[in-house]
Amino acid sequence: MIELKSPFSEEEIRNLKAGDIVKISGVLYTARDAAHKRLCESIRLKEELPFDVEAQGIYYVGPSPTKPGEFIGAAGPTTSYRMDDLTIPLLERGLRIMIGKGKRSDEVISGMNRYGAVYLVAIGGAGAYISNSIKSSEIVAYEDLGTEAIRRIEVENMILTVCIDTKGNNLYER
Amino acid sequence: MREIDSRLIEETVRDMCIDACINLDDSVLKSLEYNKSREENDVAINILDILIENAEIAKNKSIPLCQDTGMAVFFVKVGQDLHIKGKNISSAINEGVRKGYTEGYLRKSVVSPIDRINTGDNTPAIIHYDIVDGDCLEIEFAAKGFGSENMSKLKMLKPSDGIEGIKQFILDTVKEAGPNPCPPIVVGVGIGGTVDKCSVIAKKALFREIGKHNSEDDIKNLEIEMLEKINSLGIGPQGLGGNTTALAVNIETFPTHIAGLPVVVNINCHSSRHKKIVL
Repeated sequence: MIELKSPFSEEEIRNLKAGDIVKISGVLYTARDAAHKRLCESIRLKEELPFDVEAQGIYYVGPSPTKPGEFIGAAGPTTSYRMDDLTIPLLERGLRIMIGKGKRSDEVISGMNRYGAVYLVAIGGAGAYISNSIKSSEIVAYEDLGTEAIRRIEVENMILTVCIDTKGNNLYER
Repeated sequence: MREIDSRLIEETVRDMCIDACINLDDSVLKSLEYNKSREENDVAINILDILIENAEIAKNKSIPLCQDTGMAVFFVKVGQDLHIKGKNISSAINEGVRKGYTEGYLRKSVVSPIDRINTGDNTPAIIHYDIVDGDCLEIEFAAKGFGSENMSKLKMLKPSDGIEGIKQFILDTVKEAGPNPCPPIVVGVGIGGTVDKCSVIAKKALFREIGKHNSEDDIKNLEIEMLEKINSLGIGPQGLGGNTTALAVNIETFPTHIAGLPVVVNINCHSSRHKKIVL
């Protein structure tokens, strides 16, 4: 098992291979459909982004509401292809890790090669299990989007599988 | 005439929503365990183990199994000799959904379709009614997640496509969906009717308990055959390989027009959350 800590260097990301199991600790940002749309709109308008994506990881998740005494609700991955058309601008700005589930487009896969990023998968539907590896959560942008707001989360030993590496090797196409 | 108060419906629906989203249905849990025992792929076995552990964690912490607690879908049978006092039945069900999703810390995932404004309480629910004999009220609820809903398909086959065309369409739909709908999946199939009826019976098929077959022998055999074929595709849990791609294939049929053969494949994820209650 390979341990990764945020922020992520391009070199360590390019060393990962499809099929590797990684254990991530540190900071990740949550963003899904609506947040990606806003991020890309901000990039188009040359506005400052609510967080610097350089060397960071984005987790495609819209958690369920946090119960009193918990850090977060259920927090499993959402299906990634819906973010495909809104991904290249983030890779251009140095995004290193995307975490979700399901297929990615050829455009995203070649972008990962060009800019140095990997696609990791978490187990879809294991929202309660995954929430155990999340130790804090705070909204950093787009609070009006509710579950789709961007959250800064701290994770500890979050276990994920490298699904598509920077060379385009893809676990779904074994 | 028997009377029930609409507040009873509200409270029942509230409890059903919370219970279904937190406590994995026994038939699903048993099916995960059974498939684990027959699975040969180590990655797949590990994923099935985690899904079983996920169900324990959700139950112990009283949190949802999956963050996508879905759109609330209901099949309701109303006995025509029953009178409901207070609110009308649709308002009572929606009020129950509102309470369940708010008080149960379930995710509110319902938005207006074009401008994407969240309704804030997971209403409106999707409700299908059937008027039946007697004075009972049967409410079936499912929390339908959209990762799998998005991978569902409708095809208007030609009558000459026949049974082979139906089988091919089911297989093609599951294959194209691949890892996206969170396999192991439950495959609901509607055959016949009109576009609308076909979709409704495909959805109804997903409400059936895993392991129960259609009462007609030829349809039961088709379910068994398609489950085997789907599990030979090699997609496996989460699309990472193995022979556990589907937990069940449930098929419902309805008479159709001489010119048509509608088929709907409605996919559900392994987190198949449903409850049934009779009042």
